[in-house]
Amino acid sequence: MLKVTDLKVNYGGIEAVKGISFEVPEKSIVTLIGANGAGKSTTLRSIVSLEKPASGKIEFLGQDITGKDTDYIVSQGITLVPEGRKIFPDLTVLENLKIGAYMRKDNLTDDLNWVYDLFPRLKERHWQPGGTLSGGEQQMLAVARALMSRPKLIMMDEPSLGLAPLIVKGIFEIIREINRQGVTILLIEQNANMALRTADIGYVIETGRITMTGTGQELLVNERVRQAYLGK
Amino acid sequence: MSKKTNMIISALLLLALFGAVLGLEQMLPPTHIALTVLKKGCIYALVAVSMNLLNGFTGLFSLGQAGFMLIGAYTYGILTIPVADRASVYQYFDGGIVQFSVPVIVGLIAAGAAAAVFAWLIGLPVLRLKSDYLAIATLGFAEIIRAFFQWDKLGRLTNGSNLLRKFPTFNSIAFPFIVTVICIGIMVLIINSSYGRAFRAIRDDEIAAEAMGINLAKHKRMAFCISSFFAGVGGGLLAMYQTSIQAATFRSSMTYEILLIVVIGGIGSVTGSCIAAFLFIASSEWWLRFLDTEMYIGSFKVPLLRTGFRKVVFSIIVMAVVLFARRGIMGNREFSVSGIYDFFKKKFGRKEAAK
Repeated sequence: MLKVTDLKVNYGGIEAVKGISFEVPEKSIVTLIGANGAGKSTTLRSIVSLEKPASGKIEFLGQDITGKDTDYIVSQGITLVPEGRKIFPDLTVLENLKIGAYMRKDNLTDDLNWVYDLFPRLKERHWQPGGTLSGGEQQMLAVARALMSRPKLIMMDEPSLGLAPLIVKGIFEIIREINRQGVTILLIEQNANMALRTADIGYVIETGRITMTGTGQELLVNERVRQAYLGK
Repeated sequence: MSKKTNMIISALLLLALFGAVLGLEQMLPPTHIALTVLKKGCIYALVAVSMNLLNGFTGLFSLGQAGFMLIGAYTYGILTIPVADRASVYQYFDGGIVQFSVPVIVGLIAAGAAAAVFAWLIGLPVLRLKSDYLAIATLGFAEIIRAFFQWDKLGRLTNGSNLLRKFPTFNSIAFPFIVTVICIGIMVLIINSSYGRAFRAIRDDEIAAEAMGINLAKHKRMAFCISSFFAGVGGGLLAMYQTSIQAATFRSSMTYEILLIVVIGGIGSVTGSCIAAFLFIASSEWWLRFLDTEMYIGSFKVPLLRTGFRKVVFSIIVMAVVLFARRGIMGNREFSVSGIYDFFKKKFGRKEAAK
């Protein structure tokens, strides 16, 4: 579904991504794991053109989307849940959700019911400003907002960042549920344990390069991955 | 309370207010200061809301308001001076090059349109800038525009540094009141539309807004043009109020006055801007006037009261507001009928529970 070939991205004067290639098959969960500064976020940001790639090719559903405008890419069905949630704090929960569907002009009732079913908490709080939600609720809102655009592929940047373990578990359950409903997921995480347990395919990124790949289970038991990322 | 009843009651209140203002106008002598305050207050409310749309709702800190008002005022003046009067107004420039005149309403719309066109052109380079840099660039633009309109070579259009006058003006307060209500109404509709939501999303978080597919450049330019359009209409109204136009009156201090109104009223609150506009004009033109005249109690001369003291007191009040009520009168909330209803219901409900 998404195919990235030899992508190079410069970020703040340095080459943050040094030629990586990976593929996200339709209806799968793919994760990129790696340490801080490995180039994971930059990769995601360049897929939706928030960062312009220096070279390489990004294909989505067979169409070359390298360096196209962000609004166009979003309209084609890719959404990013940014790192650190980045909900709109002064907009109400409902307004946040409506912004998520900004690229579409059709009726939103079905989609609102869909995300309210996934996150009943958001329905209770739909009139509250986003900034007054707890961290976990904000992450739910960020995911729900992304879902409002009816994406084919949803990319999540560290959804577990700064959340309590129990809430992280809940978030990953939701990720699996969304995937069961047919949305493809590209996930980047420092919480490698959770990510690899959830994912069908994992890639390990180190200093801008992909150094290992395999199914989630294979990487979970891999000696090097265990030492470097799972602390065992 | 349902949205519909809320709307109906708000509209009725507005109508009642309009009636009260018209009644006041009948009762007071036509030169009474209260009428001046109400007329000027209307105009400042319009311009303050237009600035709030940009600074408060879209998060673009722009200080070009006086410049756009100047463009609006000149456009209105140039287009509406009756053909018969052009020879005397443009006496140093052979009667000027514009030899037609349009109705008042067309003139005001043209005033807004001209300001919006300038905003679009300036927005191309300037809107790439952020926060203070944008403020400096727009402030600079306003100063350039002011000098440009006084340029001798443009005299056949702008009358150079001479006054533009003899264009149609208003006597009754009804005219600025109605124009302001219509314009602010349109702006409120825009703010509550999906475009307005996108503006507020940009204000809250640019990166997230962009990730949602909002085209930042396009929406910022749109907000800038809309804001400037209404600043231009406000400029046209101000010209009508002052009965003559001179570029020198549209100084940056005018922008600061409007910024002050926006800050005092609450950044991100339309009703706050309106309330603050009338309070600002009333205190600067009327309520603090007594501070400027010497006063004797018996033979005792009250100290400090002399010409200019008003401004000292006014500045202190402003500082106090900014220090102690940092979010302004309204914060980012709105004054609404349903809000008051809920407030009293809460109070009342609590009393009931206590019993």
